[in-house]
Amino acid sequence: MKSIGEKRRHLPPALLIVGLVASAALPSTGLVNDYLQFVLMSVAINAILCVSLNLVNGWMGEFSVGHAGFMALGAYASAILTVKLFPSAPPFLLFPAAVLIGGAVAGLAGIPVGILSFKTRGDYLAIITLAFLMIVKSGLENIPYTGGPRGMLGIPRLTTVAWAYFWCVAAFWVIRNLVYSKYGRGIAAIREDEIAAEAMGVPTRSAKLVAFVTSSFFAGVAGALFAHQLQFINPSSFDILKSTEILVMVYLGGVASLGGSLLGAGVVTILTQCLQPLGTWRMVVLPALLVLLMLFRPGGIMGYRDWNWLKPLLKKSREEKAR
Amino acid sequence: MKYLAQQAINALQLGSIYALIALGYSMVYGVLTMINFAHGDVFMLGAFFCLLLIAIVPVPFWLALIVVMGATALLGTLIERFAYRPLRNAPRVSAIITALGCGLVIQNTTLGISPYARPMPHLLDNTTFQLGGLTITTLQMIIIGVSVALMVALDFLIRKTSFGMAMRAISSDRATVPLLGIPANRVIAVTFALGAALGGAAGLLYGMAYPVVSAAMGISVGWKAFVAAVIGGIGNMRGAVLGAFLLGGVEVMTVAVLPSTYRDLISYSLLLLILVFKPHGLLGKPTLQKA
Repeated sequence: MKSIGEKRRHLPPALLIVGLVASAALPSTGLVNDYLQFVLMSVAINAILCVSLNLVNGWMGEFSVGHAGFMALGAYASAILTVKLFPSAPPFLLFPAAVLIGGAVAGLAGIPVGILSFKTRGDYLAIITLAFLMIVKSGLENIPYTGGPRGMLGIPRLTTVAWAYFWCVAAFWVIRNLVYSKYGRGIAAIREDEIAAEAMGVPTRSAKLVAFVTSSFFAGVAGALFAHQLQFINPSSFDILKSTEILVMVYLGGVASLGGSLLGAGVVTILTQCLQPLGTWRMVVLPALLVLLMLFRPGGIMGYRDWNWLKPLLKKSREEKAR
Repeated sequence: MKYLAQQAINALQLGSIYALIALGYSMVYGVLTMINFAHGDVFMLGAFFCLLLIAIVPVPFWLALIVVMGATALLGTLIERFAYRPLRNAPRVSAIITALGCGLVIQNTTLGISPYARPMPHLLDNTTFQLGGLTITTLQMIIIGVSVALMVALDFLIRKTSFGMAMRAISSDRATVPLLGIPANRVIAVTFALGAALGGAAGLLYGMAYPVVSAAMGISVGWKAFVAAVIGGIGNMRGAVLGAFLLGGVEVMTVAVLPSTYRDLISYSLLLLILVFKPHGLLGKPTLQKA
């Protein structure tokens, strides 16, 4: 008799491949117009941002407001590659490399922030991430090479639905495997009680560093995709409001939840598109939503829970299968 | 030398405005150990309230100052009552996020109503004095004078009155204070009102000194004051004032030497540098982590 576990083992990868093929074929079928494709890509990019911020803010329980700063680094690093350094390279080679390098640059920037988090926690760490965001933003404004405050124009449009989908799945896969591993449970233990976690043998320093670097790597990846989706970036696209937008997704969808990250990104992205006619007032609705959430449902829709199909198989069911 | 002294006057002017705002951040942190991210936007609204008041009735400076301080104090109390008090016992992160959200709501509502920066009308005739080759205006004297007066009054309130004692008691042990018959909620509400009033006064003074008022002021100026409060050691009043004058000095010197776009870069780098070596600010006491 086949266990339930075995049936579930082949289903998700199959679905993922079907999804990839479908997302690659989607533009040529003519079923969805450019605008819908744009929305789909935005949902995927926001889901990457949301799940990666959730690693630090949800699973590790710290409060980072600097996510837009990491995103900016990824966006600028990748745009420099595709616009300034190798404008004539074939896009199918250049784009994955640019996205990876964007992620790597952001991940490297995550190291100092992670190291600073060894000594400081809570409010002070929030201040450090805020300072990081402001330094990145005003630093970029003072670099003439990337256009200063005017930003970079004419970035090739290389982000497709398939690429956005691929990176989104990659982000969820890596973070899922991290948080459901023994090591990742150490990250959640830091959230519950850092001193007790350390006493129980959790390597808190390396766990914090891993969480920050992974989180900022995917923020950089999302930034790179974002730059090649909008074809235009400037330092003020990555201000505190961008960070707040990601925070709304995390806390609306649910903290420490993969399904919540997906849900939050989907709901907020579609809501922002629907509220487009409101103009500036849209920026009133989002933070107000955040405040109401904190007052009435601080964990978000799916806080600390997850859909079963997003969780890896338990070790027990794997052992049963082997027997 | 004369140039340096002139810059020192400018630094004093900027520093005293920062100090007034930073005190609001620090007072709330001292009492609730919570970063009131909405405070910068209360400061911004102070300037807008003044603009509104002058548009309705042309009042003299002193009256405007009192009305604006009253209005922002009311606003501060309202924010505390409806956004922060329900979260008093929630995790700290929830309170910070709420504060951030409140600030953005205020900022973007203002932006929705008044999308462009507005000039601030003159409230006083600005005479320029020459003191041994230095130029100092009435405005600068009033700004520095009003700020110092408010700071001294606040220091007196915190150190010498029974209300101040209640405030200090709450900041050292919030759980025990209500058991001793001190109305903690009322003290916290008044603390918010005081902080917001100082922020409002700073908004008015800033609007007079740099006569443009915009919705982005809450972030560009208000958050600098927050940086000042953290540099001095958030929760410590004298630290806030020290940090504010230090930051004011650094900013004025930066602008004198480098292009003015480097201002944010230098001040936030200074913040990061100080937090690396003194994680609790210059005068802040290290808190023990709850085991």
